[in-house]
Order: sequence, then structure tokens, then C-alpha cells
Amino acid sequence: MITGTPKPIEEILEMLEPYDNIIVAGCHGCVTVCRVGGEKEVQVLASTLRLAREAAGRTITIREVSLERQCDPEYIEQMRPYVGDYQAVLSIACGAGIQFLAEKFTTTPLLPGINTGFLGVTVRQGEWSERCQGCGDCVLHLTGGICPVTRCAKSLFHGPCGGSVQGICEVDKEVKCGWQLIIDRLKALGQMENYGKLKPYKGWNSSRDGGPRRIIREDMI
Amino acid sequence: MKSGSNLEKVLAAGHFSVTAECGPPRGADPDIVRKKAAFVKGNVDACNVTDNQTSVVRMSSLAGCLLIKEEGIEPLIQMVVRDRNRIALQSDLLGASAMGVRNLLCLSGDHQKFGDDPQAKNVFDIDSMQLIHMVKTMRDEGIFPSGDKIQGAPQFYIGCAVNPFADPFEIRVPRLKLKMEAGADFVQTQCIYNMEKFKKYLELAKQEGLPDKIKILAGVTPLKSAGMAKFMRRMVAGMDIPDEVVNRIAAEPKEKQAAKGIEMCIEQIQELKEMEGVAGVHVMAIEWEEKLEEIIGGAGLLPRPVMA
Amino acid sequence: MLPCTGRIDESLLLKAFENGADGVMVIGCLEGDCHYVSGNIRARARVERVYAILERIKIGPNRIRMYNLSAGEGSKFAAFANEFVDQIREIGPSPINLVRAGNQGVTEKEAT
Repeated sequence: MITGTPKPIEEILEMLEPYDNIIVAGCHGCVTVCRVGGEKEVQVLASTLRLAREAAGRTITIREVSLERQCDPEYIEQMRPYVGDYQAVLSIACGAGIQFLAEKFTTTPLLPGINTGFLGVTVRQGEWSERCQGCGDCVLHLTGGICPVTRCAKSLFHGPCGGSVQGICEVDKEVKCGWQLIIDRLKALGQMENYGKLKPYKGWNSSRDGGPRRIIREDMI
Repeated sequence: MKSGSNLEKVLAAGHFSVTAECGPPRGADPDIVRKKAAFVKGNVDACNVTDNQTSVVRMSSLAGCLLIKEEGIEPLIQMVVRDRNRIALQSDLLGASAMGVRNLLCLSGDHQKFGDDPQAKNVFDIDSMQLIHMVKTMRDEGIFPSGDKIQGAPQFYIGCAVNPFADPFEIRVPRLKLKMEAGADFVQTQCIYNMEKFKKYLELAKQEGLPDKIKILAGVTPLKSAGMAKFMRRMVAGMDIPDEVVNRIAAEPKEKQAAKGIEMCIEQIQELKEMEGVAGVHVMAIEWEEKLEEIIGGAGLLPRPVMA
Repeated sequence: MLPCTGRIDESLLLKAFENGADGVMVIGCLEGDCHYVSGNIRARARVERVYAILERIKIGPNRIRMYNLSAGEGSKFAAFANEFVDQIREIGPSPINLVRAGNQGVTEKEAT
């Protein structure tokens, strides 16, 4: 899922300084699962903002909305009838959702209520960990199902580097060396022959470097 | 000859070679480089010039190489893939070769977290293994990775680095082999203190027949004090300094520890010199270049052979 | 009606403050004694989160508290309630109520 963390309330209050009448918009997708932008979080954030603003002597009117998804146009359209009645929309969906709202509602300012994180997994309740950078050219079949781009701090294709000590990356004691994980896994799978091969230079053009990426599946259009 | 560099010639002639390193200054003052160069000159077959090591911003490696070259030292340019994408790397390779730099060390580079600018965006477009492969392709096939023909292929004696002491140990020799296959002509190791482990590493490398295909230069760093040893052990990932090494220097009174460190380094070089499969030493006297002559001379490695 | 403190979520607690509460006490069953296994433990975590929110927006911090009691501890309940009420009296009205009272004052004045 796409993960995220709430922005500090002070930062949100500062963003809301010019406004007295807003929508707080959540999303029932990923951000609900990682508990940063769902219906409940909308309620809590709206209450918090109302309390903070009123305590500071200036009330704010908030409409609480949760869309099924902010990344699909049909759900966004549900907001169209009333969005013009508000000065701004504070969205606590991921960056994609926030931008899609902004794109659809061109005259309404869109404000981010969360910092979007990464494509990750739930390690346990309250802990998420990145697994994929969406580089567009998956090599997991060669690396024991562990991604070198994401799991190695240097995204090396022929690791581990000299900074790998007892399975820990030099960058952070909490970070496991991605290449140690890959090697352990390749060994367990009996696929160590994959290690000894020179891998071609990665084509980053399928990754972040070509402007916004598009996927077009003719069969579905 | 692949590059015609002095280092390549010395090694090809079967001499036990010596390299050292110069860290460029944190500034634009060329005299600092020249001063260090004076300590290096005559004592080595080539001198590494580091490339923003530990991600601390310094004068560029290429500029440092040209400065020491002016002083009559054969430069060895270090190149990390942390800060430059393949376009910049290719361009700098062409530039370095054009300016007469003939030795190259291909590195990943320390993570930016450890330097001045931990918030910098790292590059790692290709990794050090692929850089080796790229240089070899450019040199031997005269083409860019894109396939286009190069007008005047760069000439480099291609080096790589290994840390025999990082984990997992069993991957260390296969990884060296991979670097050799990618195109490395020589390798400089991380500083060795744990000789037993290094011997084990070398033994495995010999079983793979690697010393015949890639020249192994063993890395050494003289310890200035017991404090330095303890600091390095604690702070540098993959730095293996056994207790007996630390204890030996710690047993000396403070003012004699530096001399002891040099003595230990000389002993170590002498031992390495006798080891089959070791083609030379790489002496990293960190901010202690003035001791190079004493160390290298003390190990009986002076004068350096003069190649035609 | 709430069957269990585990059914209380953060927004409900915040709503109480929006509706003018100066303090909120949440009383759950004794820990380890929850009919729904861990409802009271969840409630405690939520109370703690609301506590942090109130502190952050300068309403709190000591306006919300979780207590654990069994149904048979009437006198203890009374003691806790008295203790909490004293605590809130000492802190005084919530800033929200102060603002609202102030505004009312202004309107009354304007009216005259």
C-alpha cells in the first residue's frame, strides 16, 4: 500500500490560516489501511482543527468527507456539487489523490494534510516498511524476491558494499543490509548462480526520470 | 599494455608495487596538494587521489590528479558512482584520460549520510561493478555504452576496491571474481589489520586462480595511536582491528605510540611482501603522508623501479 | 450506549471537548478483565492519543484521563470522580469555553 504520516498539526494550522470554511477529505484506500487518511482520521483531524482554531479565537467550518478513492475520477466527482461552497480542501489522501483532486477542481486550493511515504507493507500494527520504489523494471526473480533498488541504501546491483557488517547496513543500525538478505535468500533457494552474474546497467527511464510515467493498456480502453 | 601506466608496467614486470593515497584539501588551495605530493614523490608507483571520501566535500579528484602529476607523480584517479550518473562518469573518464591520467579506481562511494550534506540526493545510476565494465568497454572496444564509437578511447589501468572484512565473508571472493570478470586489472583492499582473516581470503582467491588474473594490492594504514585504532574500529563499518593489534600499540606510552604504529605497519608490509598472490601494497597514511618514505623505505621497498 | 470502552474512538472524545467539556474521564473495566478481551487496553491507547492531541493544540494536557474499575467498586468510583473533578476545577475551564464565554460577553454588550 501507499503509506504516509500525518503532517504536524502546527503546519496544517499554518496552511489553513487564510481559510474559515473548508473540506477535510479522506480516502478509503491505502491511507485508511495505514490509518493516516481514512474516515476516522478525517473526524479526528476535523475535531482537532476546530478545537485549535476556536481556542485561538477564530472558528473554522469543516465539512468532513471520505471518498472511496481519491485516485479515481468517479469518486472525485461526488464532491463536485458542493466543493465550490468551500474555500479550500485539505486532503489526507496520498500525494496522487491530492493532486488528482487539484486537477479536477481547478479553482479550489488543495492542501496536503499528510506526508506521503512509500510503497510498503505492514510489519506490525503501527510499523510500515518500504518494499518497492516502483522503478518499472522488476528483477525480483534474480534477487531472491528482495529488491536491491529499495532494500540497498545505494541501490547497488552487485552488493553488498564494504559497509555491510553482520547483516546490518552502515547507514542505520535499524536497517538490514539488503544484499545480505538477498544472499541469504538465494542460498536458501539454491540460486547462488544468480549472484555471480554481471547485471546490465539499469534503465532508469522506466523509473522516476522521465516525467510522470503512464501505463496504457489498450486491451482495457 | 592496456594503459601504459607506470603502475601497470611495474606490476607487469613482476615488481612488488607500492601505491599511496592523497586526500585533496577541503578548499581550493593547490599548495596543500603540492605539499603532500612532495612526501609522496619517489616513494610510490602511483598515487590515489580520493573522490570526496566519506562524502565530505573536497577538491575534485581529477584536479588533485593533475596537480600531483605536475609534481612528477603518477596519478591514480578514484571515481565514485555516488555523485555522478553515467553521462558525467563517461565524460570525466574521457577528460581524465585526455589529461594523461592512466590509472583508475572504480568505487561505489561512501553513503552521503556520513558527510557534509546528508540531505543530498545520491545518484548510484550504475554501481561500481558496472563502472568497471563500462570503462573496460570504452577502453577495449572503443565504444560508449550506447554503442557509439569513441573518438580516441580512454586508456586506463582499471582498479577496484574490496573489503575482505565486510560481511558476508563467503561472498567476498566471488565478488572480487565478479569485479575481475567485469574488467578490473588490479584491486586495492581495505586496510588490513586482521592478517589471519586476510590470509584466509587470499587462500580462497588463489583457489579461484584470481591472483593470476587480477593484481592484488594489500591495503595498510599505519596507526597513529591506540585511540585511532579504537576509533576506527568503532566508527568505520567493516573495519576489523583485532584486540592484539590494539593491545600492542596501547602497551606503549602515548608519545611512543606513533613510532610503534609505523613499526607495526612496516612489519606488516614485509609479511605481505612474502605472501604468494600479493602483488603490492597500498599505503593509506591518512593525513600522515610525511611518514610514507619512512614506512615504505623501512619495508625495503625503496627506491621504486624506474620503468621505460 | 457504549457496550465497552473499546468502542470509544478518538473522534468521540474530541467531540466531547467540542461540545464544551472541560474534562473527560474514561472509565473502563479492570485491565485483564475486559469482556471483549482487550477493549479497555485499546481505549487506554486512544485516550493517550487524545491526551497528546489536546496538549499539542493547547487545550490540555490534563483534561482527559483513563480509570479502571470493576462494577463493584462504587466508593472507588466516587473517589475517582471527585479526584478528577477537583483536578479539572484546578485547571479551570477549557480554552474553548473561555472563548465562547468571551464571545457571548461581546454579543451581549453589543446588544445593549
